[in-house]
Amino acid sequence: MYEFDWSSIPGALPFLWQGMMQTLQITFVAIVVGILLGTLIAMMRLSKNQVISTLAAFYVNGFRSIPLVMVLLWFYLLVPSFISMLIGHPSMDIRLLSAFVAFALFEASYYAEIIRAGIQSVSGGQISAGLALGMTRRQTMRLIVLPQAFRRMLPLLLTQAIILFQDTSLVYVIGLREFFGYAYNTGNRDGTLVEMLLFAGAVYFVISFSASLLVRTLQAKLTS
Amino acid sequence: MISIKKVSKWYGAFQVLKQCSTEVSRGEVVVVCGPSGSGKSTLIKCVNGLEVFEEGEILVDDVSVGARHTNLSKLCSRVGMVFQHFELFPHLRVIQNLTIAQCKVLGRGKQEALEKAAKLLEMVDLSEHAQKFPAQLSGGQQQRVAIARALAMDPIAMLFDEPTSALDPEMIKEVLDVMVKLAQEGMTMMVVTHEMGFAREVANRVIFMDHGEIVEDRPKLDFFESPGTDRSQQFLSKILSHSG
Repeated sequence: MYEFDWSSIPGALPFLWQGMMQTLQITFVAIVVGILLGTLIAMMRLSKNQVISTLAAFYVNGFRSIPLVMVLLWFYLLVPSFISMLIGHPSMDIRLLSAFVAFALFEASYYAEIIRAGIQSVSGGQISAGLALGMTRRQTMRLIVLPQAFRRMLPLLLTQAIILFQDTSLVYVIGLREFFGYAYNTGNRDGTLVEMLLFAGAVYFVISFSASLLVRTLQAKLTS
Repeated sequence: MISIKKVSKWYGAFQVLKQCSTEVSRGEVVVVCGPSGSGKSTLIKCVNGLEVFEEGEILVDDVSVGARHTNLSKLCSRVGMVFQHFELFPHLRVIQNLTIAQCKVLGRGKQEALEKAAKLLEMVDLSEHAQKFPAQLSGGQQQRVAIARALAMDPIAMLFDEPTSALDPEMIKEVLDVMVKLAQEGMTMMVVTHEMGFAREVANRVIFMDHGEIVEDRPKLDFFESPGTDRSQQFLSKILSHSG
């Protein structure tokens, strides 16, 4: 029978905490940029201009057809040379920067589809009503359609954020240390890998599961 | 005020409007009726550019609706429209429904917009509901808010697209009462409706449409008293046989 040894966990907590901050930072940036960019792409996809909507469709289908791990690696290989071409050597950790870019662009493709469905769920009559009051198409979108669409999409957007939170663990492939990376390395060093990964899994579970409970409550509130 | 000249419109190969022409002068109330699918809603939506038409011309206060250089948003801000399904903005409170376009389109200050909104809510007898959301109101109340929302823009004319046909019978009167009051105050109105009682009470003229054509366009008394075409007689007998 395997003898569990939990003794190295208390000592590792400060590192794990630091890792969790890194995880949350990547998650947060990807959510914010992903939703902003996703909204733009969703509106491009709904555009009557064929060129614009095809470009957007290409973006969405492209990112959704590639494994996230590969996107991460690609951007890790591409972003540094791109950045140094633009501004010389950045002061920021290049791995973190490429993780930000990769996650934001990748998530934008998923958010774009959620947002597009949300926009389409707002009835055409609402658009007519906005236009009939003298609003421009842009004003109607911003003041009438998007606020309603986001309200309806909120549960889905949050669910996507929970998936994203878990997916950030993949940055270990580019050697970036976040929560999972710290857990893995500490466990490896102290020979308590199993315990450390069990603990990390439990933390992921508690955070993700409480968040999804929150989403469910919110959903119930929104539909009542 | 509103001048419709030989307007035609197609959905693909199907012609929904055939050479429709009519005039609505300042202060006039014109009721448009006809069987479903006759093109009456499409015609009224052409007046403020919600539907495009392929042939003909529509002038609203001497501005051509279909012309390329026309600022449609500006035109729309001067013509109020009331929809069959109300189309209140569900994420905004009643009072905000009335102020949003005043502020964002006309550039009115918040205070001015609020005062205007309060006055109009009082007119439609809904002052106590100002802070509610549309979903908390009955259909009749929602439609009265929608009328107030359109009036908040100080329109030069009002278009009504079957304003009572989505309402339960007991709520129709409260909406019609508001419309009658508007008509009596001299508002220029174009009303698509089957409410012949309303037409008898306040309309100046009645237009009868069928298969995309304006079949009859006659003064109210003439329309109701003397028999017109077979088609309008048939239609009238159908919708009046139960309402008396």
